[in-house]
Formats: sequence, structure tokens, C-alpha cells
Amino acid sequence: MTTEIDLTHVSRAFGGHLVLDNVSLHVRPGELLALLGPSGSGKTTLLRLIAGLDQPDTGIITIGQDDLTARHPKERGVGFVFQHYALFRHMTVFENIAFALRIRKAPKAEVKARVNELLKLIQLETLASRFPAQLSGGQRQRVALARALASQPRVLLLDEPFGALDAVVRRDLRRWLRQLHEEMHITTLFVTHDQEEAFDLADRVVIMNGGKICQQGTPIDIYQSPANVFVHEFLGESNPIPSHVIGGIVHANAGFPLGETPAPDGPAQTFIRPHHVIALPNPAGPWRITRIAATGAQARISVTRNATTLEAALTADALLDSGLATGMPVNIVFAGGTVFNPEGTTPLKLAPLKPALAQLRR
Amino acid sequence: MGVRNLLIGTALAFMALFLLLPLVIVFAQALSAGFGAYLTAITDPNVGDAIWLTLIIAVIVVPANLVFGVCASWCIARFKFAGRDLLITLIDLPFSISPVIAGLLEVLLFGLNGLFGAWLSAHNIQIIFALPGMVLATLFVTFPFVAREVIPLAQEQGNDEEEAAVTLGASGLQIFWRVSLPKIRWGLFYGVLLCNARAMGEFGAVSVVSGKVFGETDTLSLAVESLYESYEIQAAFACASLLAMLALVTLVLKAALEWWHRDEIHAVRHKKAA
Repeated sequence: MTTEIDLTHVSRAFGGHLVLDNVSLHVRPGELLALLGPSGSGKTTLLRLIAGLDQPDTGIITIGQDDLTARHPKERGVGFVFQHYALFRHMTVFENIAFALRIRKAPKAEVKARVNELLKLIQLETLASRFPAQLSGGQRQRVALARALASQPRVLLLDEPFGALDAVVRRDLRRWLRQLHEEMHITTLFVTHDQEEAFDLADRVVIMNGGKICQQGTPIDIYQSPANVFVHEFLGESNPIPSHVIGGIVHANAGFPLGETPAPDGPAQTFIRPHHVIALPNPAGPWRITRIAATGAQARISVTRNATTLEAALTADALLDSGLATGMPVNIVFAGGTVFNPEGTTPLKLAPLKPALAQLRR
Repeated sequence: MGVRNLLIGTALAFMALFLLLPLVIVFAQALSAGFGAYLTAITDPNVGDAIWLTLIIAVIVVPANLVFGVCASWCIARFKFAGRDLLITLIDLPFSISPVIAGLLEVLLFGLNGLFGAWLSAHNIQIIFALPGMVLATLFVTFPFVAREVIPLAQEQGNDEEEAAVTLGASGLQIFWRVSLPKIRWGLFYGVLLCNARAMGEFGAVSVVSGKVFGETDTLSLAVESLYESYEIQAAFACASLLAMLALVTLVLKAALEWWHRDEIHAVRHKKAA
């Protein structure tokens, strides 16, 4: 099952509000692709357009070279898993999974064999005669997945598949889905607003905002070089620092140097992730620790200098070794970061200053 | 503990006094002259005609309300359209109008001096004092029973399952028969039971539009009155016992079906299956 999906200049508006704005996307055969974005970014609409639950105003959607734009969902060969499962409440687990086959008038023996095979796949063989209301959330989601796979779709679409589940079930189901994908290699597109989920599960991530695609790439590429400020901020916490560049050195407007950059002279926006903010005990240090919070394996430190407060992160073990304590004066070293122009685009790397680097090595 | 027992006792005593006792009295009176007299009363040809008429009205009215209820719930739950709220309000109208007034309205519309009276008599169509009038009156009175049961259910269940069926390749008709209808079928079932009970037992509206010719335009509930007024008390109660038995059979049928399908009913009644 290796089919590609292509969207070409697809737009969709609801009541004058542009939800998808001229989106083009290529999903490679057999890949597991995550559509990541905040709510209202158009990612679910995109999924519904591919499934045929909605029609684009303009643009072309193809699956494996077939133009689907005017095709009935029945002819698309798409499996869809809904956020709230949408299982048929009046049918047993078995009948839910059998639905697509019964619709296609498959012979009884074939239906039975296929459903049993899927029940085995989702590890719910013993619950075949239960009704959805008698299952847990994780079990319902697995039934929904089996139901979508029953007619052997060419592509699988999942809309916030783990959104309604608690953290532990979510993690288990995520691993299980990844494993399933490795066995079946069906082209899969899933929507999520959870960055961790997208990065953990997907081969490639597409980040959406305001009906447009901001960036696409492997999780590592995107995390290492976010295309703009939105992507950078969406992918996790960071310290935004208004700054300016003079002769290849970025200075915070508050009056301290941040690091080296290839950016041209002028105003800039610098973003530094908490784990790149490193506090070193120094009695003459200009920064002061105002707060330390340990959250399990991770610890967070707030440091202040005049009107500027930064968040630093390190492992709980490193915190113990460092001997840092609230109220202690420290030096701050920036181990990395990203410098954007004032418009929030053209990201450039922030490299540590030479003396800072020396302090770190010590 | 004392309060609890008191409350339970009060509820049970109330039910015994107002529900059970009348039922017992109906059967006691019906059989007061012996089983032979009872059989004679209910096998009277005029009573037979009344039973027949009652059944005919129910057979026309219940399916009509069933179809209407399904259509109304389908479009109210699925679409937002102008007049949607008005439609929901109008469905309740028969509940808030006295059945006698409903019957009178019909006389005003279809009676000899009514709005359409001249036209109807010119075309030799009789509605008032005949079967069509009684069907219309019953239809009006029982209008809300199915719709009221099904519309909230359909609204609450939403459209998710239908969308899932679309992605699984179902056509519109397949979705209706395999998803939309089955998921409201218990609501429909209760609605139909209530509608049927009311259709067979309706008195006020039908009484106004019926000619009350015993043996011709008397339904079972009208026959009870006719017999009672002609001092055939035992025969009147015999007819009443038939209506009571109908109610009992309905209850038993409902309980049996509920027990038989308890898993599914539990599953479907769950707010969201998901």
C-alpha cells in the first residue's frame, strides 16, 4: 500500500473566512506525516477535504494520480479516524469493523475472516460482541482504526487521534500506531496540535498556521532550523529577546551581549530556548536566581538582571551538581539560539561568544 | 431510614390507589355478571365494529406519525433552516390544546358550514361524522408523540456517525437504513408505543367529530361512553377492560423488548457512544 497524496493550490473558505489559503502539499508514498498546528490553522479542514467530507473552493486533490476533487468518498479509498471515534453506537465492535465490507456486499465468510484478522491486529478479539459504550477510550480508538482499515484504504487519515485520551494511554497507543505503520506502510496523514506527539510519531511534519503551511521537514530539521518566529515559538518554550546586531555580534536591547551571528547590522529578534541558557555560579555575576522549580527529571531556573527575566532549563541531576540556589548571583552563558530579522523570518544561528565558550569548557 | 420508608410507602400507596385500584375495579365490574356475560358483551357485533374502527384508525395514524417523526428529526438534527425553531414549537401545539378544541377546529374547517364545507359537500366528500374526520382528529392529537421522543435524541447524537459512514463508503440510502434509523430506533419504538396507546384511547377530539352512531362511528373508547349512558354498565366495563388489556399488553411488550435488548439500549442511550 504505497500511494501518494497531492494537494495543488487548494483553498477553502467558510462564510468569507479563508480557512485554507492556497495550500499545496505532497505526501510521499508510505510515509507517516503529521499536520501540526494550533486550533483554527486549517489542518482538520485539509484532512476532511482529502476524505471528501468537504469540497475545496479551488484547487486539485489527487491520490495516486487520480483526481479526486469531484469524486464521492466511496471511490477515494480513504480510511478516516475521527477525534471522537464516531463509532456506530448501535453496533457491536464486530459490526462496526465489518461496516465497510457489508456496504460493499462482501461474502459473509470473507467479512468474518477480515474482521477477525483486524480484531487480532488491535488486540481486542475478546471484545468483539461488546458495544462501543462498554469500551474504554483507548479501546474505542483502536476499534475506530480497525474500522477505517477494513476495506484496505489506500491512505489513512487520522484527526487528532489521541486528543481525547489520557497521557499514559496516549503514549501506548502512539507506540502501537507507529509499529502498525511500520508493518503496513500505508500512507498516513494525521492531525495534531501536540508538538511532542507529532515529532515522536511522524517521519515528516508539516506545520500550519492561519490556513497556510509554514514549514515542512523532518522533526529534527524543523526543530533545529525553524523557518519563522511562529514555528519557533510553537515548537516549545523560548526566551524572546529584543536585540540588535553590530558587527556580527547580537546585543540584547537591555544591554548585554548574546552571541555571534552572520546576520547584518540592525534590529533583530533573538529567541533562546531554556536549555541554551546556562547559569554559572559567580559572586560577581550580574544575574540573580529568583526561582528554582524541579519538575521530576527536569528543573527550571528563573534568572533576573534589571528588568530582564530569562527561563533556564537543565536536568535535575545537573541542578544538584551545580550547587545553584535561589538568590545566588550567577553569570549567564548562551549556548545557542536563533536570530530572526524584525519581520520574524530569515532565521540565523546564534553561536556562543568566544569568552562564554571558554567559561563553559572550564 | 424512617423518612426513606415513609417516602417509599407514600409512593407505593399512591400508585396502588390511583393506578392499580382502578384497573382492578375495571376488571371486577366487567366480570361482575360472570364470564359468560362478559363474553357476550365483547362479542356483540357493535362492539366488534368499534374494535375494528379503533384498529383502522391506529393502523393509519401510527405509521403516518412514524414517518413524520423520522422526517422531522432528520431535518431538525441535520440542517439549520429558516423556521426550524417554529417547527419545533408547532410540533408541541397538540399537547397544549385541549383535544375537544382540536375536534371543534376540524368541524369549523370541514363541517357543513365550515370553511371547506361547501366545496366538500359539492364533491360529495364527507369528513366530519365519518372515518376521515376521526383519523384527522386522532392524527392531530397524537402528532407530537413520536417526534417529541425522536427529535431530542437525534439532536443529541449529532452527525458524527453519518460522516463516519460516508468515509466508509456508504451511500445516502445505506446511511439512512444502517446508521441514522437504527441509532434512533429505541426512541422511535417508545414514541410509537405512546402514539399507539393514545390513538386507540383518544376520546375528546374523536368524540366531537364522530357521529356517535354505535356500531358505525364509535371507537372502543366512544363505545364505553355509549354503553354507559344507556345503563349497560357491565358491558361498558367489558369494553373498558379491552382498552385496559391493550395497555397491559403494551407495557409487557415494552418491558420484554427492553430486557431482551438491554445491552444495546444501554449502549445507545449513552450520551455519546464515543
